Amino acid sequence: MALVDERVAHGHGEAHHEELGFWQKYVFSQDHKVIGIQYGFTALCFLLFGFSLMMMMRWSIAYPNQPIPLVGKLLKASGGIIVPEFYNQLGAMHGTIMVFLGIVPLAVGAFGNYIVPLQIGAPDMAFPKLNMASYWSYFIGGVIMLSSFFAPGGAAQSGWTSYPPLSDIAPTGQTMWLFGMLFLIISSVLGSMNFLVTIIQLRAPGLTWMRLPFFVWAQFVTSFLLLLAFPALQAAAVLQMMDRLAGTSFFLPSGLVVSGQQLQVAGGGSPLLWQHLFWFLAHPEVYVLILPAFGIVAEVIANNTRKPLWGYRSMVYAVTFLGFMSFIVWAHHMFMTGMGTVMSTFFQTTTMIISIPSVIVLTALLISLWGASIRFTVPMLFALAFLPMFAIGGLTGLPLGLAPADIHLHDTLYVIGHFHYVVAPGTVFAMFAGIYYWFPKVTGRKMSELLGKIHFWPSFLFMNGVFFPMLIQGLAGVQRRLYDGGASYSHAQPVLHWNAFMSGSAWLLGLSQIPFIFNLFWSMKKGEKVGANPWEATTLEWAAAPSPPIAHGNFAEIPTVHRGPYDYSLPGASTDFTPQHQLQEA
Amino acid sequence: MEIPYTVEARPDTGVFNAKLGVWLFLASEVMLFGALFSSYVLLRTGAPAGTWHHGREFLNVPLATLNTIILIASSVTMVMSWASLKLNDFKKYRIYMGLTLLAGVGFLVVKGFEYGHKFEIGLLPKTNTFLAIYFTLTGLHGLHVIGGMILNGYFLGPGSKMFKTQPERFTNRVEVAGLYWHFVDLVWIFLFPTLYLL
Amino acid sequence: MSASDAESIRKQTRAYIVVFVTLMVMTILTVAVSYFHMPVGLAILVALVIASFKGSLVAAVFMHLSHERKLIYWVLLLTVIFFVVLMAIPSLSQWDQRMLR
Repeated sequence: MALVDERVAHGHGEAHHEELGFWQKYVFSQDHKVIGIQYGFTALCFLLFGFSLMMMMRWSIAYPNQPIPLVGKLLKASGGIIVPEFYNQLGAMHGTIMVFLGIVPLAVGAFGNYIVPLQIGAPDMAFPKLNMASYWSYFIGGVIMLSSFFAPGGAAQSGWTSYPPLSDIAPTGQTMWLFGMLFLIISSVLGSMNFLVTIIQLRAPGLTWMRLPFFVWAQFVTSFLLLLAFPALQAAAVLQMMDRLAGTSFFLPSGLVVSGQQLQVAGGGSPLLWQHLFWFLAHPEVYVLILPAFGIVAEVIANNTRKPLWGYRSMVYAVTFLGFMSFIVWAHHMFMTGMGTVMSTFFQTTTMIISIPSVIVLTALLISLWGASIRFTVPMLFALAFLPMFAIGGLTGLPLGLAPADIHLHDTLYVIGHFHYVVAPGTVFAMFAGIYYWFPKVTGRKMSELLGKIHFWPSFLFMNGVFFPMLIQGLAGVQRRLYDGGASYSHAQPVLHWNAFMSGSAWLLGLSQIPFIFNLFWSMKKGEKVGANPWEATTLEWAAAPSPPIAHGNFAEIPTVHRGPYDYSLPGASTDFTPQHQLQEA
Repeated sequence: MEIPYTVEARPDTGVFNAKLGVWLFLASEVMLFGALFSSYVLLRTGAPAGTWHHGREFLNVPLATLNTIILIASSVTMVMSWASLKLNDFKKYRIYMGLTLLAGVGFLVVKGFEYGHKFEIGLLPKTNTFLAIYFTLTGLHGLHVIGGMILNGYFLGPGSKMFKTQPERFTNRVEVAGLYWHFVDLVWIFLFPTLYLL
Repeated sequence: MSASDAESIRKQTRAYIVVFVTLMVMTILTVAVSYFHMPVGLAILVALVIASFKGSLVAAVFMHLSHERKLIYWVLLLTVIFFVVLMAIPSLSQWDQRMLR
């Protein structure tokens, strides 16, 4: 890095990064790559934790009122049994942790931070200090969320949606949930603002909008969603905090009776207000979960089919339209709130319209496979699995978007099956694809292919083992949020035998992650050493050194871009890939 | 490697990073206050006839008018401080920035009197839903004023050293801080009539 | 800084003073009008029109929106659209409830 040393010698501006101590280099780092790794590691830990909560829930569902093995000793008060109140905490915190502390930080915070500046040829994010603040705000939010388990009365237990009036009168854990949420929202707003400025302002020369890798487009739209949708939940969280701490009644209607006693509040509030504000965020949030996954899958597919993405432009237009529409579909979560036909008709229509761009993206990805000589690498396996899994998730969503069908399916396990198909074998598989794909860039080493395959196949199998029966149970009318999995309902009896099957699949799914965890750490030290561009890819991040140096500057000098993102197998080219910064054929 | 476009504008977008950043941040703030305004409208129009309490029953309009004037004046001094920097007049900048900060203090003092009086006579957020939304909105706005004052204070004191080494960059920073401060003023311009007068 | 630049800044500062005076007048006006006890609908309309006028002055002159770059306009256009959606929540839900009755 002769360039860097020379600049330090001149000592102008804020360029004293070479002498950074350990704390500034690895802990309170302002480098987007370190922050990306911090986000990634923290988010993976949260994903594992959230998954463990779910594995405990699955015990209670399959074997209600029986002491849980292994971890049962921790639950002294109930003799190892998961009581309904604790089950509610597990459920609420599983949802919150997976969505707000696991997937979004991994998809946006980790992949976005590490990859976006590299892919657009920028030296760093536009505001490195703010970037650091975003991570630490997220971290504090996460710590608050976790510590709420030790609050009197336990963690939040009103579902991840925290619907009032229940959440207004819940124990202290809910207040901590709100505080944690405020930190997470601040983190997201600052982070997304940073991403937008970075993508708009710091693109390398020649990198026009239609030459951006699809992943960058996905992150761009995602950031807009986070920036403009999250404040609605911020407002709602402030109002609920006032309700809980200052005794106001924003969400408490007059004459509310709790446990046979009329609640002593001013009244006049509206519980529906929370739902409007919450879903104004949370529907765009659904697309925040899926768009980065689209981006990663598109990168991996283009690279492993050795072909340009089919319909790149229409994919870009589709995600932009998708982002825009996601702001006007939120009330399809509220068909059961007694809304009238005019409003439900409007939101049904917008919901059907928004499915079109998702189908465009998925179709374009499928057609990209046509006639390709596919390399079945581990990232490609996950990306390929993403396609049908997301398709199941998306298609099962259509009946939920239509009010007449939703009235029957609302709050059943069918809903759970639907969105888990989108997020678990959908987004999470895309995240795995991304980890296997970009690991060589981060560490300079490849992850083990064999262990990757041992990770992939059982995961694929057991994911479906967990979630497909949910659709069956849901269609039979079994409701969500039942600690006994429906055992006390007669209509659930014919499908009750699935519970043990699903729980078994969930635990086996947990076991299948061990090869991944081992692979992740083992490959850091012992993985096969590779060069800058092991996958022979075209986008700019592969023009940087393997494991680019920490401190400012990803590239020895900023590359100039001469072509679109996926120039694979150009006719007459000497190799089957032509990097974006390559001027012409050698 | 320096991050580009911290001082000069990127040719194709025409802005420097921080300016785009602050506008995006303000966009997010618009949605935050918008959501609260929306909640206010929903609760007020949803209240059964005759049950909604109006601001004039509790609130002190002359004091709030005074506060409006203070805040608008501070916006003028803020923009004048930026213009002084543009004219390379650092002395005037300090005077105007000092006045802006002083106006912020004045605003908070008046607000403190208002709050204090209400608490004294037992008008609390939990008294009724109007007071709840009043305290929430003005409280959140007050926090924004405090945030802006910290920012302005930094640029008046330690942050102003940058004017000697990178005058243009410092001028940009003051402009960006100004955009935020004007936004806080703008929110108050809407809060004042909707809470106090209607 | 060239002489013409300095001149344009001086011109702008004069505009700031004019806007300041206008805002003061508008503030007095909106308070004065509120003492007339107009019908609620009209009062809300008048107050919001005055507030919007004041707000646009602040945005256009103090925040320099009157001669800003296209990029900023695009960002704000997007925000305005979603802001309108947000403000439609109360009317949407209540108008719909009324239809049910």
